[in-house]
Formats: sequence, C-alpha cells, structure tokens
Amino acid sequence: MADKKIQSTTGLMGWIDARFPLTSNIKNHLTEYYAPKNFNFWYFFGSLAMLVLVMQIATGIFLTMHYKPDAEQAFASVEYIMRDVFGGNIIRYMHSTGASMFFIVVYLHMFRGVIYGSYRNPRELLWLFGVAIFLCLMGEAFFGYLLPWGQMSYWGAQVIVNLFSAIPFIGPDLSEWLRGDYLVSDATLNRFFAFHVIALPLVLLGLVAAHLIALHEVGSNNPDGVEIKAKKDKKTGIPLDGIPFHPYYTVKDMVGVVVFLIVFAVIICFAPEMGGYFLEANNFVPANPMVTPAHIAPVWYFTPYYSILRAVPPVMNSQFPGVAAMGLSVMVFALLPWLDRSPVKSIRYRGTLYKKWLALFLVSFFVLGYLGTVPTNVWGQLGDWSNGIAIIDTKERATWVARIFTAIYFAFFILMPWYTAKDKTLAVPERVTY
Amino acid sequence: MKTNNILKNCLLSLAFLPLIAFANETAIGVTAPIDATDYASLQRGARTFVNSCLNCHSANYMRYNRLKDIGLTEQQIKDNLLFAGEKVGDTMKVAMNPKDAKKWFGVAPPDLSVEVRARGADWVYAYLRGFYRDETSSTGWGNCVFDPQTCKVAMPHVLYELQGEQVMNHETHQLELVKPGKLSPSEYNAFVGDLTNYMAFMAEPAKQQRKHLGIWVLLFLGVLLVLTIKLKKEYWKDIK
Repeated sequence: MADKKIQSTTGLMGWIDARFPLTSNIKNHLTEYYAPKNFNFWYFFGSLAMLVLVMQIATGIFLTMHYKPDAEQAFASVEYIMRDVFGGNIIRYMHSTGASMFFIVVYLHMFRGVIYGSYRNPRELLWLFGVAIFLCLMGEAFFGYLLPWGQMSYWGAQVIVNLFSAIPFIGPDLSEWLRGDYLVSDATLNRFFAFHVIALPLVLLGLVAAHLIALHEVGSNNPDGVEIKAKKDKKTGIPLDGIPFHPYYTVKDMVGVVVFLIVFAVIICFAPEMGGYFLEANNFVPANPMVTPAHIAPVWYFTPYYSILRAVPPVMNSQFPGVAAMGLSVMVFALLPWLDRSPVKSIRYRGTLYKKWLALFLVSFFVLGYLGTVPTNVWGQLGDWSNGIAIIDTKERATWVARIFTAIYFAFFILMPWYTAKDKTLAVPERVTY
Repeated sequence: MKTNNILKNCLLSLAFLPLIAFANETAIGVTAPIDATDYASLQRGARTFVNSCLNCHSANYMRYNRLKDIGLTEQQIKDNLLFAGEKVGDTMKVAMNPKDAKKWFGVAPPDLSVEVRARGADWVYAYLRGFYRDETSSTGWGNCVFDPQTCKVAMPHVLYELQGEQVMNHETHQLELVKPGKLSPSEYNAFVGDLTNYMAFMAEPAKQQRKHLGIWVLLFLGVLLVLTIKLKKEYWKDIK
C-alpha cells in the first residue's frame, strides 16, 4: 500500500486534491509563482496576448457557426454575418480587429523581450517557443485572411503561395500541393479553412502551454535583467524581490486589460477598417480570378517582410533569393540568444553602441513596414531630384530605400556578436530597482 | 534612460505614420454629403436606388425590411419599393441574367451591396456626377472617375434625363454642361448625394448601431478602469 499523500486541504478541495493536483497547480502558477516586483509598462503584453488568443478562439467559434467555406458562398456568408446574424457585425469586427491587435501586442511583447534581454540564459527555450508561436500566428493570420474571399484575400494568397514555387526543384510542385489546384480555388479555400480553424489553433495552444511552462520553470526576467532567484529569503526560500503573481499581478494586469479593451472597443465601434489597415477596401470586392488588382498589399503586420521580399533582386531569373531573405527575416529572431554576447541583459545597463543599433533596427522595421503597404513606384511621382543625371530610376527610388533598410535589418542581427561584445556596459545592481 | 526616451519618441512618431499614408490616397476632389442620421435623405436615396439602379445592379446582401432602420415601416416598404412580387424579407435581387448582361454591356453589372466600402462614398458620388458625352464609346458615354486613364466605362448614363449632357473640355479637362436636364446642377448633386448616402447606409446597415453601442461600452469600461486602478493601488500599497 502506498503512503497516503500529505495534504492540507479538506472538503471538496481535499476530495479533488486527492485525485488531481489542483491546489498545487494554483500555487505553482499563481499564488506562489514569484514574479519580480519591478515589472513596468512593457510587461502587460504577455497577458494581453493571452486575452486576445481567448477572444479570437471565442469569436472564431461563433463565426464558424455561420461562415461557409465555399468559393460560391464565402463572401456572401460574411455579409450575412455582418447583417443578419444577431451581434454578428460585432463578433466579426472583434475577430478581424483581434487579428491586428494580436500582432500589435505580440510585437510589443517581443520588443520587451529584446530590450530587457529576456531571451538570454536560462530563457533560450522560452524564447524559442515564443518565436514558434509567432510563426504559427503568421500562418494563422495568412490562412484566415483568405476566408472572406475578397479580392485581397484571393490575390494575397495567390502571391504568397506562388512564393513557394520559387524554391529550386520542388517549388512548382510544392505550391500546387499547397493550393490543391493550379490556382487558388475552392479547394484552397477549404483546406485553408481547415488549417485556420483547427490545425494551427491546436499547435498554437500547445505552444502557448509550453511557453508558460517554460516561463514558470525559469521565472520571469525583469527590466533590470537581474535574476531574482539569486537573492532569496534565508528562512522561506522566497526571492527577496519576488511577489506572488496572484494577487499582485492579476490585479495589475486587470488595469492593462481594461485599457486594452478601451482601445479595442474604440476601433471596433468607431473605426473597424482602421483606414484600410485592418480591413482593406479592396476586400469588399468578391474574389475574381480573372481580374488582378492594380496593387496587391498584405495586411500591415506582414509588410516589413513583404518589403524585404520585394527589395532583394532576382538572381539568374530566380526569385528565390528574395523568398529566402523574407523567410530569414522572420526566422532570424530565433538566433538572438546566441547572437547576443553582452555581459548584461537589460538595455538599462547597455552602452550607446547597442542602443544605436537597436534604434536603426526599429527605424528599418517601420520604414520597411510602410513601404510594404505601397506600390514600389510610390516615390516615382515626386519628380526627378537628380536634375537629369539619372543615378537611380525614379521608379526604383522606393526599392533602393527598401534595399538599404533591408541591409540594416539584417546587419542588426549579423553584427550583433560584435557590437554587443564591444559595447561599454554599466554595472548591474545586485537587486532590482523599484 | 535617455535612449529609452528616444525610443519612446520613435514609437510615438510611428503612431502617426498611418496619417501620412492617408494623405497619400488619391484625391477624388469631391466630398459626398454623407449623413447617416438624415432619414429623409436616406429614404429619397433608397427610392432612387430601387427605381434606377436595381434594374441592372443587384444588392444581394441587402434585405428590403432593413429599410426599417432608416425610418420606413414595413407597409411603406411594401407600398413604395416592392414592384415585382418580392417579399419584404427578400434581398434586393435583380431579374437580369448575368450572362445576358455580359453580352449586352461587355461586363455584368457588379452587385452594389458593399460598393461604398470597396470604393468609398466620395468615389461613388464623383462617379455619378462624372458622365459626359463620348461618341467614341459603345454606349455614347465616358466617365473619367471610373478609369482615369481611358475614361471608358461600360455603364451608360442612366440619369442623363435628370442631369442633362456634359462634354469634356479637352483644354481645361473640365466637364461642361451643354444640354440642361430636368434638374439644375445643384439639384442633381443633391439627388445623387442622397443616392450615395443611401448606398453608404446599405454598405453597412449596422454602422450607427455599433457607434451607439460603442458609447455605452466606453462608459462601462471607463467605470471599470477607475475600479481596477483603485483595486491595484489597494493591493500594491504593501509592496515596498
């Protein structure tokens, strides 16, 4: 006979705890999970990303009840949701706005990780799970964007799936296999629907669970990049700078949640298209395989990578270098833990060299992001600045700017081992500053 | 810390980036008189839409009884807007076969349910005012709003009796009214303004409803924000 477990709970909790580790899980993940007390503004976005995930799943379930994944009916079923389903317009806007907000909070969450060195030892695996979540999210957004079956849905999918055909040898077969047809069609819509509503959400949830388990194993980083576990109370073994996640951070995150919901509600109720950035005007035209739109642009969250794709010139008539550069521009985040050689984690104690590179990276990310939303000849109409000495074709101006910033984008990563090691860092305090 | 401020400023200035992008959008030159609260205008526009547009263009996602949202009763809709035995709960379908339409016009007239969301109200307003006599085209009409390069359009000028006939002055690139119609230019502008106003309503009938809802949601969240801030302060006062 096995020994009886020692447990402190009685009654219903006692009954459950004898059969399932409920109390110990609540303790491990909430009431006795000690988080640094000096979290600032940037630390809201992890819990907000969870909130958006839950909202996307909840609204997604209701949309699935009315949406028809059929090329003949998809566009009409979305309008049916917008007009005839009770509360359908709000649910649909929550989902479409939620997609953009997901990327906003995830980008801010990632930026937090970058500036405070949250990817450094011992949090490399935690970071890798995060990068996997980001990739998964991009897939989720891409597959979901086809479903309204508007012109942008259709041609965006066409462009992205065609990218795979640039891969040497297997490319054309691969893109045909992904589409399930020779062009984006009903078959494509059906499989994208399957990916969007079940395959990727399952992977996403699994990755989020792994991300959280890894976080609670190694503990949260903080704006000082100091390990709070290094200084513990001698009697209790609790980190001196740690406070229980619940109630302190649950009540603090509630403030963040309400502020987020205010922004969210303003967009949904007063500007759901966000000037064409969250819902593109051309997507209110039903998909038409016979009419290619004059300007195909992905939704804003993909535009930095799309710019990189367009900036890299073809080599020997192959678009593959551009496609590879675009892929790398996303994947390269996974290498950060091994590229950063700085003795300190947080930007607070880094030198100016790193800060300059980070600022350059940010600027290039945003410039590339902007250029990805406009045609490559965007600055062609500004006239010839060179007084007739044509160094650069006026139509190519934006492309050259994109090329320069693409180079800076990658230089931030490639040169990181050098400039982080060379940087003059400040002394890190023993305890967090609060 | 100083660099942090620089970063913050960078982020702030980026918040204004979309504004720069808005400024870049192609100027149409006219602003449609859109007023979702002007039910009289919306009702006039609905009548024009049903009388003039709905012979060739469908509005397959718009139900007739949704016009209750602009102050009409079901009986008024039945008496004034249903001509061919439709039910009041039907959508605004059109009898013309798309295949025939393609044969007659070269292209099937698009469904107009969400046209304003795709093109913008200003575009629709400018388009409806932009027809002019062009003997070189198959219908006898051109429209530079539809295609600024060629000024060709498959749709004839359905409202020409009201607007009259305009011609293009190729020197000034302006339209000039050479043969007045039943309406004066300002009356015609108001007429197609009502129609555009209606089409904007039809493109998203629940737009006003979500705005009203938004005010209540924000009031609720405002109260909740105060409470959560107080709750947070209450808990955090013992953290030193």
